[in-house]
Amino acid sequence: MLDLNPRDWSSQPAYIDSGYRSTALRGPTRPLIPLKPALAALDGPVFGHELIGALDSDLTRNGQRNGAPLGERIIITGRLLDEDERPVPGALIEIWQANAAGRYIHKVDQHPAPLDPNFFGGGRCLTDSEGRYRFLTIKPGAYPWGNHPNAWRPNHIHFSVFGRQFATRLVTQMYFPGDPLLTFDPIYNSSPENVRARMVSHFSLDVTEEGFALGFVFDIVLRGTHSSVWEKA
Amino acid sequence: MSTRGKLGQTPSQTVGPYFAYGLTPSQYGYDFASIVTPCMAGPEVEGTHIHIAGCVFDGAEKPVNDAMIELWQADATGRYPGTDGVNSRFTGFGRCGTNADGGFFFDTIKPGIARPDDAPFINVTVMMRGLLLHAFTRIYFSDEVKANTHDPILALVPAGRRSTLIADHHAAGKYRFDIHMQGPQETVFFDL
Repeated sequence: MLDLNPRDWSSQPAYIDSGYRSTALRGPTRPLIPLKPALAALDGPVFGHELIGALDSDLTRNGQRNGAPLGERIIITGRLLDEDERPVPGALIEIWQANAAGRYIHKVDQHPAPLDPNFFGGGRCLTDSEGRYRFLTIKPGAYPWGNHPNAWRPNHIHFSVFGRQFATRLVTQMYFPGDPLLTFDPIYNSSPENVRARMVSHFSLDVTEEGFALGFVFDIVLRGTHSSVWEKA
Repeated sequence: MSTRGKLGQTPSQTVGPYFAYGLTPSQYGYDFASIVTPCMAGPEVEGTHIHIAGCVFDGAEKPVNDAMIELWQADATGRYPGTDGVNSRFTGFGRCGTNADGGFFFDTIKPGIARPDDAPFINVTVMMRGLLLHAFTRIYFSDEVKANTHDPILALVPAGRRSTLIADHHAAGKYRFDIHMQGPQETVFFDL
């Protein structure tokens, strides 16, 4: 019997974060009720290949109307792993992002930067037998938000990830190396200082395709498993 | 026994305000097919078909219009989809974004139980702008009074807070389940 490792709270943000205003009324304030691993053990949903469309992982093509989207083409790839470096195959990864100008297609986004008629900004794929995923997309732009005066979100891509178990669910954001806005971003900085870099992709010349697209690598690490302690009834 | 591996867990971040077109696109009319919807069980799925609706409220009791709720549940026999013998057309997994009034709904079946001591329940994951780490809770059912009294997980919850986990059976096949992120009625969230 394998039990899921606990959430590593030293790697996670607090529910209420003084720098990120919206957390004040939305983060739970009472202590979570812990469930023993045996009570929490539960395989999660499984997603089949038939759910994924042919262009779902190519954001440069899945929103085209009359031409190619504007912006820098980039490849985002990496492995979905557990804490012991075991790959997580067949897992659903969904992404969404702003266009090159920093504008989301979402109806609520009123940032006065142009929409791109040829860019939608949503994608998804399943990890392969080695836990790998790959998206072709456009580098998202930075954009302002209302959290504090002159607040700007760094370039980022949202990731939604399912692991094998219900409790390995993860939603995170991927950032780009060397972004000067990271220093000022309360969402990025909500994570403990020593773990923030895990959310920053790295540039790879090996992944970069000559004459076509820059390559970035972002590995994602979910909770692992360990042998359960045998207990006398 | 070590529960720490070689690699560090990737930190969680908020789902933000703009998840709708990526994760629940059909629901909001975007031109991208949803692969998960609030309609989890068509008429061909055996079981008692139920409708669960509710609202998400913040600490000021204002409705949260940009939350996303996910459900994961067993079929009418208490087995989860993916297990042998479970109707492959029952997904067991549903997802709904909240509307302008903070409302969400699911059309599903009432789950069965796997162990005699359990009460029927549905696993719930809550995400929203301003929530840096998703919150796990459970839906139990108000018409399962006897089963609820001996459920081992409800027993872990202080008696005064158990009602936050129990959906109100207010009409035939219809349940109401609100989620309060804070305040006197703060929903019980689990660490699992």
